[in-house]
Amino acid sequence: MSVRTEPRSIRILIITVAVAFFALFLVLPLVCVFQNAFSKGLTFYVKTLQHPDALAAMRMTVITALVAVPLNLVFGVAASWLIAKFDFKGKDILLSLIDLPLSVSPVISGLVFILLFGAQGLLGEWLGDRNIQIVFAPPGIILATIFVTFPMVARELIPVMKAQGNEEEEAALTLGASGWRTFWLVTIPNIRWGILYGIILCNARAMGEFGAVSVVSGHIRGLTNTLPLHVEILYNEYQFAAAFAAASVLALLAIVTLVAKTAVEGMMRREH
Amino acid sequence: MSRRFVEPSILPGFSLTFGFTVFYLSLIVLIPLSMLFFKTASLSPREFWEILTATRTLAAYRLSFGTAFASAGINAVFGVIIAWALVRYSFPGKRIIDALVDFPLALPTAVAGIALTELYAPNGSVGRYLALAGIKGAFTPLGITIALTFVGLPFVVRTVEPVLEELDPQLEEAAASLGASRWYTIKKVIFPVIAPAVLTGFTLAFARAVGEYGSVIFIAGNMPMKTEIAPLLIMTKLEQYDYAGATTIAIGMLLISFFFLAAANFFQWQLSRKYGKV
Repeated sequence: MSVRTEPRSIRILIITVAVAFFALFLVLPLVCVFQNAFSKGLTFYVKTLQHPDALAAMRMTVITALVAVPLNLVFGVAASWLIAKFDFKGKDILLSLIDLPLSVSPVISGLVFILLFGAQGLLGEWLGDRNIQIVFAPPGIILATIFVTFPMVARELIPVMKAQGNEEEEAALTLGASGWRTFWLVTIPNIRWGILYGIILCNARAMGEFGAVSVVSGHIRGLTNTLPLHVEILYNEYQFAAAFAAASVLALLAIVTLVAKTAVEGMMRREH
Repeated sequence: MSRRFVEPSILPGFSLTFGFTVFYLSLIVLIPLSMLFFKTASLSPREFWEILTATRTLAAYRLSFGTAFASAGINAVFGVIIAWALVRYSFPGKRIIDALVDFPLALPTAVAGIALTELYAPNGSVGRYLALAGIKGAFTPLGITIALTFVGLPFVVRTVEPVLEELDPQLEEAAASLGASRWYTIKKVIFPVIAPAVLTGFTLAFARAVGEYGSVIFIAGNMPMKTEIAPLLIMTKLEQYDYAGATTIAIGMLLISFFFLAAANFFQWQLSRKYGKV
């Protein structure tokens, strides 16, 4: 027996505790979602998901992600270029400011947009005069989602770009390539898996965000409901099977996210 | 250290990326967040203090920070056990478990919330057995702790795992060859190395749990003074159009969180002083 391991009985105990904790906290909730989703049969399940409110909620969720993810992707690439390639004063402060949205409660993330754009808010009167509605309307949902997913691409890309170093870009520039050409032909191919990884994580959070979106949505059915909010409404109306049916779509999304994430991690490992 | 703002580099794009990063950061994050301070500035210090120290606010703070602390503690213990099992042992299903660790980060919180409520309610498949033991799961602080434990699970595992992986095997072999028992080696050699990572994971799980909303509101029961978490109290104030009240409670939450993070940093610093930088 190696000196680096424990007696067999202890090993089995630790594995059992780890697996039991897992089963109780992770596997059981997942099983619970699908079990309840299909508790009234497949026809009911399909009918629930084809309900106009459910379809509208899914559309809102997809639109939100389609706006939030590309914006945060562009930001993530710019910020990681800045932080990984250059040394400048105040870099640490900038980094902590970028991470700030992750340490703010989702409810507070929604609250700040109400304070800014709500009827009583700073810009409320100005917007009201022009008949522009931001909170309790789709723009508010999208803004709150951008806020909560703000650092998610940048956080994944910064370490990847740092690990890559500057040598390849410097070589390209010395050989006469323009800055943009270097960026597209040298940097982007090097960080492509990191970009994909960031998109996957950012998208999962964008589609699943609940607290921040709940604050700014106003819960208007068929208009400002995202899929997570739709789940809440159904659940609070005691339509449990329907709530779980809608939830199962989100759970499926989470599973697809994990599979894609694991696959990309494998790709990244193979390249190094 | 030069006096220049930016170190010279032949790479282009500093002004462009710096300008865009600061612009987007201000627009999306800094300006909206600064509204919290603008709003509280409209209150007199006395009004501010009265909202902050109202019994209902204090009860919500106590509950939020207490359950967040408990769940982060549970995760610190089980996170180390899970990380240890994943790094050191091989067993069937290990790769699936490893991929599933991040599940709480991928699963929308509302989904986790209704699933955990269903499981831990008095007639649920786990709650039923808890009820037999006389324990109420859902709709009590215990239920809130369960939901927060779910949400915070990945943090300790993911911070401890890489440290365990990179631990030099020679350290343990040396300890063993000098006659240390296995337990003594774990206590005196391995634990000091992973302690900073455990603390980091604990802090991350705690910070996430304090602000958590979606997974908690279903299982909490939301009784004022008893099972009403601080984010829910903010929500309630908002629904009553009491924006100043909501903002004050939010500021209080941020300040207390900041205090806890500073305390965690202090402990981190003490750990590194006691055991040396690792």
